[in-house]
Amino acid sequence: MIRAGIVGLGKMGLSHQAMVNAHPGIELKAVCDSSGYVLDVLSKYTGVATYADYKKMLTELPLDCLFVATPSKYHAEIVAAALELGLHVFCEKPFGLEPQVGYRLAELAERKKLVNQVGYHYRFVAAFNEAKRLLDQKLIGELHHVQVEAYGPVVLRPKGSTWRAQKSEGGGALFDYACHAIDLMNYLIGPPIAVSGTVLNSVFSSDVDDEIYSTLQYSDKLYGQLATNWSDESYRKMSVRLCFWGSNGRINVDRQEIQIYLRSHDGADGFTKGWNVRYTTELTRPVWFYVRGEEYSAQIDHFVQCINTGVTSSSTFRTASDTVLVAAMLRQDAQRPRTAIALNGAANAQTQDSPAVPQRRQKSFVRSLLDRL
Amino acid sequence: MDRVLFGDNQFFGVNHMSEEKARAQAMRFQNGKAIIEVLEDAYAEGIKTFMCTTHERMAEICDFFRANKDKYPDYIFYPCMPYAHKYANAAAELGMLGAVRSFLPEENKLGALLRGGISLARQDVEGLATLLIDAEMKMFAGLNTPVVFLQNVATDFLLGLGFDEAFKIFADHVRVRYLAEPAFMTMNAPMLVPRLQKLGIDNPIICTNINKAGFRMCPSIQAYEELIAQGRCRLVAMSVLASGALAPRQALEYVCQFQNIESIVFGASSRRNIAQTKQLIDELTRS
Repeated sequence: MIRAGIVGLGKMGLSHQAMVNAHPGIELKAVCDSSGYVLDVLSKYTGVATYADYKKMLTELPLDCLFVATPSKYHAEIVAAALELGLHVFCEKPFGLEPQVGYRLAELAERKKLVNQVGYHYRFVAAFNEAKRLLDQKLIGELHHVQVEAYGPVVLRPKGSTWRAQKSEGGGALFDYACHAIDLMNYLIGPPIAVSGTVLNSVFSSDVDDEIYSTLQYSDKLYGQLATNWSDESYRKMSVRLCFWGSNGRINVDRQEIQIYLRSHDGADGFTKGWNVRYTTELTRPVWFYVRGEEYSAQIDHFVQCINTGVTSSSTFRTASDTVLVAAMLRQDAQRPRTAIALNGAANAQTQDSPAVPQRRQKSFVRSLLDRL
Repeated sequence: MDRVLFGDNQFFGVNHMSEEKARAQAMRFQNGKAIIEVLEDAYAEGIKTFMCTTHERMAEICDFFRANKDKYPDYIFYPCMPYAHKYANAAAELGMLGAVRSFLPEENKLGALLRGGISLARQDVEGLATLLIDAEMKMFAGLNTPVVFLQNVATDFLLGLGFDEAFKIFADHVRVRYLAEPAFMTMNAPMLVPRLQKLGIDNPIICTNINKAGFRMCPSIQAYEELIAQGRCRLVAMSVLASGALAPRQALEYVCQFQNIESIVFGASSRRNIAQTKQLIDELTRS
């Protein structure tokens, strides 16, 4: 039996607690949170041991692993403490906010031969894994363009009272939302070598970004586009969709289905020339316990299997740090002065902080447009 | 319970197979009138029970059936609560306690606020839970609701945490306050049923995925078949068509072979599909 603790009981922490507690291979020894209220209720009704201080929990209890689901800015400190004590660690995404810190933690975990995993649950969605399998075997030939989009309803009004709305806490759509899309792309085709044209925009938030758009470069022949927006109410929940264009066709994939268009095919693997569709209902295998999507259960079971067998996780601190690195590149790109081609032909340098087109210039912009018409 | 119940996923853009299809459905059904037309079609085909999530949009459907009692005197609602995304989104935005607070009833402010405030302060889960149940049930006032479901995300979350007392609180409140049979939706029926029995909730109504594809039957289709054979609960089979992944006849033959499955719930949008599925179930039930 693997002895586990959980730090941080927000939406993700509580969801992990339900799955960890139900896993036949794990014994949940204690949970830790700064909210005495949540702890009291859990202790009273589920009987779980509770701590307000994670250091106390780590020193008092013999544990084999720790689940970290605190706000992002606390990840590094808690993960480091757990690794030093020789615990396997499952940490929520994005995995810290600084890639250098993440890589240091990855090295520490690797040196100590501890299982280290980050909660990028899209890596455990059956349809995305099917896409990976098909891309790896180059079913659609050499890729020349990719597109990743992630939309959902998280921030829908100006006022937000939780840490997700605060830059200092690691809030904002780039680290809290776009990282899922970036990580999935890293998983499927590897990290980009460069990013450009990045826009971080606020829709409702006053302190953080709500939407991110960027051009990702993977090689001298392969470019991609990233578009994420967590202020889109037309979605019921977060939706990630990827499209890949290759010399032999195209793949569209989301959580529910994978659509494959093949320009030519020999019929192997059950695929035909033209459109092929596979649904999640046929690709997904049941998990031992289901709460909110197979992938959430599957990632925890994978962590347990890695501890039991010594296999490296398919979502490690290192791969997560690669993702945070790309996010940091996007942030840096968005902040640097940009060169754009203006309609009147004049190059126009601008930064993210100053308005793209000043008020007065907007008029001349409209006028020049009208003049042209 | 009737043999055939009508489900509501199609009305709210839930489709386990295709986001495009889900969006098309969300567009078609953003007008309550379109939902009512489909419910009337189902009624005409003999399906008189509507199993529906306590989505705020259900209020206008409830209004319609309250206003048309003479036309649909025997119409039955099985409320399924809560609508989980409402709570999940609020929790991400307002935090855990903020989310709970935001769903406490606003009307009858003094009493409810007092009850809610005191319950919150005393960590009285029973007081809070019953308030939230009452808030969800409000839209069904005056309608026939003989069975009330705890929705699967809530059931399975509580099951995972080991928050067993919540099942008892739910069951007792539904029985006493609404004179209704408490029921549970779950994706983990083989784990849930023994737990409920331990709490003294015997022969519970359980709505769960049962389909030939084994889709979302946790931990396995074998465990489900054993549970069905034991006959320890009143089963309502859902996702019988695995969101359209299975051919209807083949799918329904699988479900109908089990004598211990009492009811089947399915959702459809066209009169043709409703009629076809209903007739197939009737035919396979007789044989």
